Amino acid sequence: MQAFIKHEGVVVPIDRSDIDTDQLVPKQFLKRVERSGFGKFLFFDWRYLNDNYDENPEFELNRPEYRDATILLARRNFGCGSSREHAPWAIADYGFKVVLASSFADIFYNNSFKNGYLPVKLSEEQIEDLFQREAKHRPYKLNVDLEKKIITDQYGLKIAFEIDDFRRDCLMNGWDDVGLTLRFEDKILDYEKKHGIV
Amino acid sequence: MAQESQEPRAPKTMYDKIWDSHVVYQEPGDDSVILYIDQLLCHEVTSPQAFEGLRLAGRKPRRPERVMAVQDHDVPTTDRDKPIADPIARKQVETLRANCREFGIRLYDLNDVEQGVIHVVAPEQGHVRPGMTLTCGDSHTATHGAFGVIAMGTGTSEVEHVLATQTLRQKKMKTMRITIDGVLPKGSTAKDVALYVINKLTTAGGAGYAVEFAGEAIRALSMEGRMTLCNMAIEMGARVGMVAPDEKTFAYIKDRPQMLKGEDFDKAVEEWKNLPSDEDAVFDREVRFNAADIKPRVTWGTNPAQSVEVTDRIPSPSDFDNVEEQKMAKAALEYMALEAGTPMTDIKLDWVFLGSCTNGRIEDFREAAKVVKGYKVADGVRAIAVPGSGVVKKLAEAEGLDKIFIDAGFEWREPGCSMCLAMNPDRLQPGERCAGTSNRNFEGRMGKGGRTHLVSPAMAAAAAIKGHFFDIRDWKYN
Ligand code: SF4
Repeated sequence: MQAFIKHEGVVVPIDRSDIDTDQLVPKQFLKRVERSGFGKFLFFDWRYLNDNYDENPEFELNRPEYRDATILLARRNFGCGSSREHAPWAIADYGFKVVLASSFADIFYNNSFKNGYLPVKLSEEQIEDLFQREAKHRPYKLNVDLEKKIITDQYGLKIAFEIDDFRRDCLMNGWDDVGLTLRFEDKILDYEKKHGIV
Repeated sequence: MAQESQEPRAPKTMYDKIWDSHVVYQEPGDDSVILYIDQLLCHEVTSPQAFEGLRLAGRKPRRPERVMAVQDHDVPTTDRDKPIADPIARKQVETLRANCREFGIRLYDLNDVEQGVIHVVAPEQGHVRPGMTLTCGDSHTATHGAFGVIAMGTGTSEVEHVLATQTLRQKKMKTMRITIDGVLPKGSTAKDVALYVINKLTTAGGAGYAVEFAGEAIRALSMEGRMTLCNMAIEMGARVGMVAPDEKTFAYIKDRPQMLKGEDFDKAVEEWKNLPSDEDAVFDREVRFNAADIKPRVTWGTNPAQSVEVTDRIPSPSDFDNVEEQKMAKAALEYMALEAGTPMTDIKLDWVFLGSCTNGRIEDFREAAKVVKGYKVADGVRAIAVPGSGVVKKLAEAEGLDKIFIDAGFEWREPGCSMCLAMNPDRLQPGERCAGTSNRNFEGRMGKGGRTHLVSPAMAAAAAIKGHFFDIRDWKYN
């Protein structure tokens, strides 16, 4: 997994709550057996007018000012719905590095860390402020520093955010979860012996 | 030790008890633990990349005997004797078959009678026992909490993690108890309880919590009903929904093919009796509802929290007090093509779908069949009944339920997820409207542009006969 330490990029505002995993990647694209190549399907129903991938010019990701956006800004309960990891794969594959929202669905939040981009939970007020700043300073850039756990812009904004230390370490080092756990294989075996599993 | 025993033992919730007995290791200074996972369930959509990951890393499943798999999500529900027409679905089904063969995993294959929706098959075959930890790459895994289990949906990376290590790194959740006091009124089912609770707590109300459902109304539910309710815990944002095991639980699981047998079973039952939350256990959040307030419900919007009683009218965005909810209501009404103020019972349907891991069990078909018996599906409505598993199908057929459905004009299908997520050919066309017994009414869930209303099996059956929603309390049973 690619390590994440800090990132500066353009923000694309998607002013919605409850963006669910079906919206992130509709199910017709879940039938692949590979892990890569999902970026093209991200927000499919909103992003394209038809199945020929003709773009909907109204949708944020298609607007010229957001073409290179790498930071996604949304509202409440981002990533609700299914546990499928296709949604995080699509977000990562599209090139997003950071997703900002006032809350995330648990499973989605958890999955995000396994895919090299950073989900950041902020308060509703902070999110609202970011929407306003984005509208005012378009194209609006943010700098997200995972090491220091702060977000800044060039207009004096400074927001501290919270994140679990273990997840932060993993992300900053690009560690693979399975490898990390297997360091404790002897403990797993002990457990299995104690519980009559082996 | 000696000192410890003088302290009274701290009371524990059921979640705490199961959690504590599954902690393998906690690194100093880490607030997450390595948690042993007793059972992993797999299906064809969220597992291929996990197996691929194993292979790439040169790893093997640690305890393949603790893994089971079915093909359910994108399988057709007709013409099972023919090859699957959709080449990509076929590839996923075949990939799971090959992975199971390669790694020695028990697969209930497409044409086995035991095949069906993962959350129907696993308990039916006896893979689920009280006190377990269980995961699956599927958000409706919470279903198995009905047996007093910590059952969690995960993503594919975690499927791979469980395959490779039989553990997950997890942080303990907060606990919430939802108590439903009293007796459910006539016509109200577990599905209505689920829709009611989600409506009260919102789609995010359970986020971060392991929820335990308790109280007289919950104890009175059958195992099928408890599964229906726990199944929908995720729709209020809770990854875990549980009900304490009791005699009903033990009776349901006894003699299932994969269950403990004889003395082993009896011994286990004695242990399982210790699982329920201690009387004085403290939950991080307590919520209480009165069963008498729970009436038959129908969703009108595009998330499962947006529901009203069947006798209500479609709400107007201005009925909601915060701007965010008003916006969502407006968008939902637009998508659903509904007019605020319309009586719910005036809404006409194109489709009725009976099935899914929420309401695809034998009891659900019995309830629906009672309603349908002696009637015909309304003109202009297409109704499909999709058993949750081959075992459910066989049982229903033995009871003659299939005849009742077919005589009424329903299609009687092969088991699978079907229209619940429309990854197979069963799907709505843009603009079509469906009453479904499944769990999600998201935009496009049953097909792009399709409109879904969630209801109980009896309400869906009545809607099929009438062609519009109908208050099941007024039904004339034949
Ligand atoms: S029936 Fe629906 S909710 Fe249940 S596992 Fe299948 S797709 Fe998921």
